[in-house]
Amino acid sequence: MEGNRKLQEEKVFKDPVHRYIHIRDELIWDLIGTREFQRLRRIRQLGTTFLTFHGAEHTRFNHSLGVYEIMRRIIEVFDGRPHWEESERLLCLSAALLHDIGHGPFSHSFEKMFQTDHEWWTRKIIVEDTEVNQILRRMGEDFPQKVADVIEKTYPNKLVVSMISSQIDADRMDYLQRDAYYTGVSYGHFDMERILRVMRPTEDQAVIKYTGMHAVEDYIMSRYQMYWQVYFHPVTRSAEVILSKILQRVKTLYADGYAFSQSPHHFIGFFDGTINLEQYLQLDESVTLYYFQMWQLEDDPVLKDLCQRFMNRRLFKYVEFDQQLLLNEWSKLQELFTRADIDPEYYLVIDSSSDLPYDFYRPGEEEERMPIHLLMPDKRLRELSRESDLVEAISGKKRTDHKLYYPAEWLDSPGHEKEKQQIKDILFSQPDNQEMDFREG
Amino acid sequence: MLPDHARLLALLQDAGEIVGRKKWQKMVYISKKMQLPLQEKYTFHMYGPYSEELTLRTEELCSLGFVTETKESKSGYYQYRYQLTEAGNTFLDTFSLEWPHQKAKEIIQRLNQYNAKFLELVSTMLYFEELSKDEVKEKVFTLKKSQNYKDVDIEEAWTFIDSLK
Repeated sequence: MEGNRKLQEEKVFKDPVHRYIHIRDELIWDLIGTREFQRLRRIRQLGTTFLTFHGAEHTRFNHSLGVYEIMRRIIEVFDGRPHWEESERLLCLSAALLHDIGHGPFSHSFEKMFQTDHEWWTRKIIVEDTEVNQILRRMGEDFPQKVADVIEKTYPNKLVVSMISSQIDADRMDYLQRDAYYTGVSYGHFDMERILRVMRPTEDQAVIKYTGMHAVEDYIMSRYQMYWQVYFHPVTRSAEVILSKILQRVKTLYADGYAFSQSPHHFIGFFDGTINLEQYLQLDESVTLYYFQMWQLEDDPVLKDLCQRFMNRRLFKYVEFDQQLLLNEWSKLQELFTRADIDPEYYLVIDSSSDLPYDFYRPGEEEERMPIHLLMPDKRLRELSRESDLVEAISGKKRTDHKLYYPAEWLDSPGHEKEKQQIKDILFSQPDNQEMDFREG
Repeated sequence: MLPDHARLLALLQDAGEIVGRKKWQKMVYISKKMQLPLQEKYTFHMYGPYSEELTLRTEELCSLGFVTETKESKSGYYQYRYQLTEAGNTFLDTFSLEWPHQKAKEIIQRLNQYNAKFLELVSTMLYFEELSKDEVKEKVFTLKKSQNYKDVDIEEAWTFIDSLK
């Protein structure tokens, strides 16, 4: 194809999840070599999860290569079948490789705090003046825009979009397996080879032959278990809460004109909304953790404490709560925290499952999301949960969860004993918390 | 968490009730585009802008007993109806929320008069609002082929968007 040459010799990356990642196109090889893609080596795939599962140090670089490899294998299966157009091959591979290129450090917390989103940065990195853009333009002036459209799910060919972004796509199939591998949990495993063999292209989406239903059931179960066991892990969420509060504190101090010992130079563009692409690319997790390390020495007691907590893994504990606490005790709790000299703005934090960046399987009721479709022997398409009792059972299960995070050790420290006792009485009167095991991990 | 949830409760309170998940999704998106201070993150899906955060937050409000979700069987599909409960009203009354009540009420009550298909069109057009009007039309015809929107629908949607702003 014009703009791309086959490499003289195939290149491979050794990968613990897929064994090998095979690169045959010069375009892909050169994209991997760009500074924007190499930056992903310094951004962890699972943010603060490494504080819970110490193996979870894998990065968006590993994951992006994995998604590319799965996409490459899907294309091998689709090759020569109806609805698949060979001319879309490099577009699919490029989109798979670059789908996360706009992620920043601990991006979930950053995005919430600074009202930005990685999809927007992904588009900018692809269509603006970057090394990635320069390489993509070899394929034609409109090629970067097409790649961005596929990632943003606005590309006209919906089959192509579904391969990278649907409820059973290359992205999810990689992260479930990779996250399971690196966290060391025994969930997250499913027979991907089988799923790929029975995946078929249709006009609107990739579907699964009916005979592959049990492999897909396994995939959905893996997703379900990984959400509760890894992604929603309460200790990870505690670290995420502290991280968010550090960012909030730094932003507030900056607005108040506080004299930092270590100026938040790399973050100022976020605070005042002037951040440009070059500044964004300079910020990664190594840089962020350097600041957290230095801010442990600040005079501001809140910033200093929060950074010490994050760096030394002295996290908040949590209790579950219900409607009654919100209706009857919430204001009182905040007041008691204030009276005990513990700022509730930073030390009494509610975290819900909707604050997390992961989604459950949804059967597409009222056209919320395109569901997984099975291709039946008579060529009709059937939504997965209508054929699978197992998927139906977990599709309807409770998916929400609310936790209240707080610095437990401060409630047992000297001073304001009366208020602290009242706080404990409220927190531990919640029905689910009387027997709570507060050990970490 | 709490302010984000409270803002959704405030929208629902002003709307009275909302019939349909898709309609709820699009109403929140359009309200956000009209500068109401909503935080739900949206991305484009097959049926237009969609927020997984909104879906989960709504489930959370139901599980806390602040919102009721009634599932109704229609011919060939299910439809969901959302209303604030008494506990939801009480919580909202006691929660101190910075919220442009008058503006929000005007927007949400107007949106609630339209059907999901029209709101899907409006939200899709707003999603591409940085493009020219001709490009927006092309996007709608390409990405929403199955909805069979006509020129006249797009004109009506532009008029509606202008009147909201």
